[in-house]
Amino acid sequence: MAAPEAVRSPAGNAANQTISQAGSAMVQFQGVQKAYQAGRPAVDNLNLSIDAGRITVFVGPSGCGKTTSLRMINRMVEPTAGTITVGGRDISTIPAHQLRRSMGYVMQSAGLLPHRTVLDNVTTVLRLNRVPRAAARARAAELLETVGLSADMGKRYPNQLSGGQQQRVGVARALAADPPILLMDEPFSAVDPVVRAELQQELLRLQRELAKTIIFVTHDIDEATLLGDKVAVFATGGRVAQYADPEEILRAPVDDFVAAFVGRDRGFRHLSFSPGASVPVHPAPSVAWDGAALMDDGAAAAGLRPEAPGADGSGWRLAVDGGGRPLGWLAPGTAGTPGTAEAGGPLVPGGSLFHAGDPLRNALDAALSSPSGLGVAVDGDGLVQGVVRAPEVLAAIEAARESRTAEGQTPEGRG
Amino acid sequence: MQWFLANLPQVLALSGSHLVQAVVPLALSVVIAVPLAQLARLNKGLGAFILSAGSLLYTVPSLALFVILPGILGTKILDFANIIVALTIYAVALLVRSTLDALNSVDDGVRQSATAMGFRPLQRFLAVDLPLSVPVLFSGLRVISVSNISLVTVGALLGIPSLGFFFTDGLQRNFPTEIVVGIVGTLVLALLMDLVLVLLQRLLTPWLRTATPAPTAPTATPTTAAQPGVAA
Repeated sequence: MAAPEAVRSPAGNAANQTISQAGSAMVQFQGVQKAYQAGRPAVDNLNLSIDAGRITVFVGPSGCGKTTSLRMINRMVEPTAGTITVGGRDISTIPAHQLRRSMGYVMQSAGLLPHRTVLDNVTTVLRLNRVPRAAARARAAELLETVGLSADMGKRYPNQLSGGQQQRVGVARALAADPPILLMDEPFSAVDPVVRAELQQELLRLQRELAKTIIFVTHDIDEATLLGDKVAVFATGGRVAQYADPEEILRAPVDDFVAAFVGRDRGFRHLSFSPGASVPVHPAPSVAWDGAALMDDGAAAAGLRPEAPGADGSGWRLAVDGGGRPLGWLAPGTAGTPGTAEAGGPLVPGGSLFHAGDPLRNALDAALSSPSGLGVAVDGDGLVQGVVRAPEVLAAIEAARESRTAEGQTPEGRG
Repeated sequence: MQWFLANLPQVLALSGSHLVQAVVPLALSVVIAVPLAQLARLNKGLGAFILSAGSLLYTVPSLALFVILPGILGTKILDFANIIVALTIYAVALLVRSTLDALNSVDDGVRQSATAMGFRPLQRFLAVDLPLSVPVLFSGLRVISVSNISLVTVGALLGIPSLGFFFTDGLQRNFPTEIVVGIVGTLVLALLMDLVLVLLQRLLTPWLRTATPAPTAPTATPTTAAQPGVAA
């Protein structure tokens, strides 16, 4: 869950002829307003400077003007007042279609052209820019691989893909012309949570390689704090209530609106920004399990403390497979003999896993979600490293807070 | 049957001219109705005017139109052009509405994403809106094609050659076989045209033929004037 580091300067990107990267502010809103005939403006006096090569998230409740603001960047919506500059140029001086071809655009759904194959969808912008068909297709096939789709998907039509696959194609299409800017309008909100999490990680991975200027709209504060290098919280009426890095928004919401929007769990969410390395990991009380019964030889891997079957009968024991991967827990007093009356066998499913390098949030969740109260820590290969205890995680949290206070304010490091 | 075989050359010749009188207006109507429908989409006021003008024109009786047109166009009463113009007017009147429906059937999300990618308005209309409206557009076209085939026969009253000639001639000579040949011939032409349109539509919409049974546009049922019971 670590925020993406800016691994390299975006200035080296193949810049589009329309927009050159200038300085660190890629997109600037200056006194931008969008008003419709009746009622309050959708966006009011927006002043925002969006960093090049970073992910900036617009988040807020529905009707707060976040999508309107995004769409003003590619002139899908024209502001009624103020100016927007991209790479230092006032966008109202750039022909709309040319401006749009210099920016990738990914939307929630139905964004793909249903009458064109996946490959031709990806080539769309290239073809609009008069790239020869063969070259465009070669580039498109390459991009499908980049977003994790096999090349033979290219021949299919969008209605033959799952929602998650369609979103991947949408991302590939947006990247096709190698635009410096990517506009993403709630791109992952129509897919199920598992696929969404995959796509989010994929986006972070891509961003580490590509370092685009990404402007991402969502109403999900978790998504915002996960993806954003910077988050702009929009309040109803088209006002930006707070514009800061996600750690700061969770730790120090600027007003009641932001605090309420960030929600009850913000204290817990904030733990995503504290490294979990300081939590002590204890050897796990464990037994080897072959899928149905105990095995004679306890796995003697590091981090495991083999316990004889029914040695004391009072504690929970972690069942691991022969390789040292966690399988589940044996409740106290369960002998673990085959054929125990419990449905599905004697193993109680484990909680979430605390992977090496995860933040405190995952450590606490592992401990809280485990039936034994012991969070299972695993290494990169999924092998058990040991267990963490909730009170000790809390102690680590407290220590992190104290060191923050001692340092005076926010720990730097996301810049 | 004997009469049919004996007069085959005449049947074929009349079928040919019948087809020309039906197909040319159909093609012309597409060329005229599609831009009109897009205009109606872009301008609500103009759209309302175009639609009511279409309905109004459609209420003019066909025979009356065939008789009036030579006066307006300066053509001879027996000129093919009269039929072509008259049927084009009817076809446009019907097609504007179904084209409007067809264009409105295109998902707005798709339209917006195309715009966001940098299609210019005309580019987008030709590359996105139009292809995607083909299914609904063709259901309209199929109705009009059948209606055209049947309307062409009215021209026979003025002496313009078509399969309708067998109706008037058979009636005058009190010879039912000839009338039946005219009806069956008209029916066959209508079915043939429908088949061609269905094939053309399949050719134009390859994405609808893919694995998932995507909801296709409502298909028009041919509403021919001919009745199957007449066959003697």
